[in-house]
Amino acid sequence: MPKNEEVLQQIVDILKPKVSKDGLEVTAELDLVNDLGLDSLKVMEILEDLEDTFDISIPINILPGIRTVGDLVAEIQKLSDDK
Amino acid sequence: MTLFDKFAQLANARQVIEEKCSDFFNIVMGDISSATEAVVNGRKVILAGTNNYLGLTFNKECIRASCLAAEQEGTGTTGSRMANGTFSGHVALEHELSDFFERSQTIIFSTGYVANLAILSTIVGPGEVILLDADCHASIYDGCRLGGAEVIRFRHNDVGDLEKRLQRLAKRNTNVLIVVEGLYSMMGDRAPLADIISLKKKYGAYLVVDEAHSLGVLGKNGRGLAEEAGVEDSVDFVIGTFSKSLGAIGGFCSSNHAELNLIRYASRPYVFTASSSPSTIASTRTALRIMRAKPELKHQLWNNANLLYSRLQGLDLNVGPAASPIIAVRYANVEDALVIWNGLLELGIYVNMVLPPATPDGGALLRCSLSAAHTTAQIEKIGDAFASLTEA
Repeated sequence: MPKNEEVLQQIVDILKPKVSKDGLEVTAELDLVNDLGLDSLKVMEILEDLEDTFDISIPINILPGIRTVGDLVAEIQKLSDDK
Repeated sequence: MTLFDKFAQLANARQVIEEKCSDFFNIVMGDISSATEAVVNGRKVILAGTNNYLGLTFNKECIRASCLAAEQEGTGTTGSRMANGTFSGHVALEHELSDFFERSQTIIFSTGYVANLAILSTIVGPGEVILLDADCHASIYDGCRLGGAEVIRFRHNDVGDLEKRLQRLAKRNTNVLIVVEGLYSMMGDRAPLADIISLKKKYGAYLVVDEAHSLGVLGKNGRGLAEEAGVEDSVDFVIGTFSKSLGAIGGFCSSNHAELNLIRYASRPYVFTASSSPSTIASTRTALRIMRAKPELKHQLWNNANLLYSRLQGLDLNVGPAASPIIAVRYANVEDALVIWNGLLELGIYVNMVLPPATPDGGALLRCSLSAAHTTAQIEKIGDAFASLTEA
């Protein structure tokens, strides 16, 4: 199972090209919508990339509970552990 | 922070569009003189975005049946199907739909939206899984959200992606319900049903096909994509609407699973809403009878669809890979779509404009839907309007 830091780094790598704010460093504390400016379409694209990367299926029921990059890391970690 | 601060982003987005395209938020249909003509903002237009596939909204028999039912049974049922809202017409329509689909059970609902809400929130529950195509309609998403099942999307029409997700679920040994549409409402493309059914059988899943846009449009008898693909026996639940080919409002679910009937007692969207009015039921029953008796309506619809598709394709517009009664022209740039949509309206053509996030790829769509009631001259006029704006 991947370590927390590894998951964070992989998520950051996936998020970076989708974030339109130049020079912004993506960290676990940042809010996906308010800080990174992601809209619902981009969030869905990101989820698909994460699913391929970690070979998991992410239920959309969990989305209301995900606000920050760190929340996403925790969910990916949990789903990877449950595989 | 006030209650309404959260709508600020929406208000800004609306303002940006309104400044460029003021009519977009003010489309009011007046003087609706036929299935294909109305007055919009003082201008007579051809309606090319109404989902009125067979043109039955102005069918004289349907109108007469509707008026007669109102006179005989009143304007509304004033109650739920579970209480005082089951009239003989509701039961008869359920039987007629079962006969049409050659399935043992049918439940009707007050709208197509409620049909999806009722079935998808109830038929699977906690511990079970829904696998839905990413491009499914909002009513399918909302139905999933209302229930307790785990909801997983697969990439639109991507059978490989669906299988990957079925494989991941295999060891959980739980019930899986796959949900797809016959014709997808935005782009008018079909689900690869035969391949999906192979996977459904391989992994022991169940399958819902929403035939909202394909009822009366696909299949020898108009039963939809499942009939066209010759796979009806492998579809567990057919969901559909009365608000498109049947020209009224309402929804249904048909199945050969005898247990479908139990949904009536378990589904909150079925129990806690008023049933359809007698006039709606009467016109729907008449429209169903006409749809079955007059396959020429479907043929005329396809003639019209093929004609417009070839016109738009000839203009090098970005349309889908195959003709369909839903023809969506894609624009990568939203502003380009706003200009063309405005221009079409000025030339007397109404089509649907679909903006992100309702579009599949973040661009904009000008979505035409054809009707059997369109004349060839009207279709040519729609094509001419696109041509003059595209070549300008």
